[in-house]
Amino acid sequence: MREILVLRSGPLTTIQDLGRSGLAHLGVPPSGALDRPALLLGNRLVGNPNDAAVLEVTFSSFSFRALTDCVVAVTGARVQLSLDERQEAWAMPIVMRREQVLEFSLPTAGVRTYVAFNGGIEMSSDLGSRSTDLLSSLGPEPVRDGQVLALGESFGVAPLVDFAPYPEPTDQIRLNLRLGPRENYFTESALVDLATKSWQVSSMSNRIALRLEGPHLTRRDQRELKSEGIVTGSVQVPHDGLPLIFLADHPTTAGYPVIGVVGPDDVAACAQAAPGTRVSFQVIPER
Amino acid sequence: MKILPVGERALLIELEDLESVLGLYAEIEQRRKGGWHHDIVDVVPAARTILLDGISDPDAAATELTGWKRFRAFPTEGPLVELETIYDGDDLHNVAKICNLSPSELIAAHGGVTFMSAFCGFSPGFTYLSGLPDELQVPRLNNPRPSVPAGAVALADEFCAVYPRSSPGGWQIIGHTETSVWDSSKDPPTLLQPGTRVRFVRATS
Repeated sequence: MREILVLRSGPLTTIQDLGRSGLAHLGVPPSGALDRPALLLGNRLVGNPNDAAVLEVTFSSFSFRALTDCVVAVTGARVQLSLDERQEAWAMPIVMRREQVLEFSLPTAGVRTYVAFNGGIEMSSDLGSRSTDLLSSLGPEPVRDGQVLALGESFGVAPLVDFAPYPEPTDQIRLNLRLGPRENYFTESALVDLATKSWQVSSMSNRIALRLEGPHLTRRDQRELKSEGIVTGSVQVPHDGLPLIFLADHPTTAGYPVIGVVGPDDVAACAQAAPGTRVSFQVIPER
Repeated sequence: MKILPVGERALLIELEDLESVLGLYAEIEQRRKGGWHHDIVDVVPAARTILLDGISDPDAAATELTGWKRFRAFPTEGPLVELETIYDGDDLHNVAKICNLSPSELIAAHGGVTFMSAFCGFSPGFTYLSGLPDELQVPRLNNPRPSVPAGAVALADEFCAVYPRSSPGGWQIIGHTETSVWDSSKDPPTLLQPGTRVRFVRATS
């Protein structure tokens, strides 16, 4: 039996894989790792297929003990890592022996740190995924201190790597945004503000949405919109005029107008944007 | 039909009414079985729109959609599910009052409708049942309840729904059913798949 013992899980650590795509017509959110490139890199560094389950640690220090020999990679938010008190490299395969303890600090940049194990975390799936969906309460409960997690059989030899490129989270992000589908619901000045002003990430942000504080975007059309399907990366503007960007656990339909949509790479940047991060939009006109 | 852009890989199709939505949805699903834009990940119908997500060439799909002349009619002969219902909801009297009916007249009218499962949204398995006659249509509550129990039978606007799981909710509750309509360990997880006909039968206990 390959296992690890979680010693310190922090306020929110969840199990994540690529999520539950293709079930939106049943009202099931996509879920999955918020920073998808970090999940993919972690899995690749330990020789896993892309969809192996990993840990997503939310803005916290973390530690665990290996109860088996295993290979581990830590990606996503930048952290200081140590293995039995000796420093180890971030975003690189780390060989752990049974009974060794790996720990890391609070991130120095970014929000979500991913821990991938060779063989992946073994967990029964809910609607085809092991991801915890915090909006819909699907998938496993968040990970607790003292929890033992089972790992699958290793998928073979992890690749030899000297360096793995990965974008460093920064204290300001500029997101490519395509206008639509509901930009017509907003005033001209709101559209100018969207392209020229900046917002700050609110501490109310979570896996459902990145919430922003700053200029209010004013509506021209006050008509109620009937709920309609939305995609990850949709920038929705509720009644208070403060935009929010929908992330992986977003509801499948929503009733406030979506002024534009940010691209998949930018969604990963949103997942790593800490409260206080400056956010601005590079507006791309409609196709 | 109006087609609106949604990011790099999605489209939102806006239609006149729910019937057109369901007709076009059936058409899209039929054509997808024949390989139409096989890379589409999600097709999400709603009250007046259909979202297509995960298309590598949304412009081509948009052009093709506008060329379709006639849509399939939404299948109206789907399987029939009867839900035994106890009409004891907190909003039963309020709804009856808005509709100018006595509670027992409301119960009889609601039980006389054959609903059609139209689409899901809001939360997993939350199914919008269409077919509610005009005289039974009521607005949402001004203040949504923080928690509505699973099985609550509720009305809002042109729809009826059964809360699949306990969740917050702003629909007016007229009763409840003991039948579970959502089980994520089953395939499909919902008892009320779009296309299913649904009748509410007053419990005789």
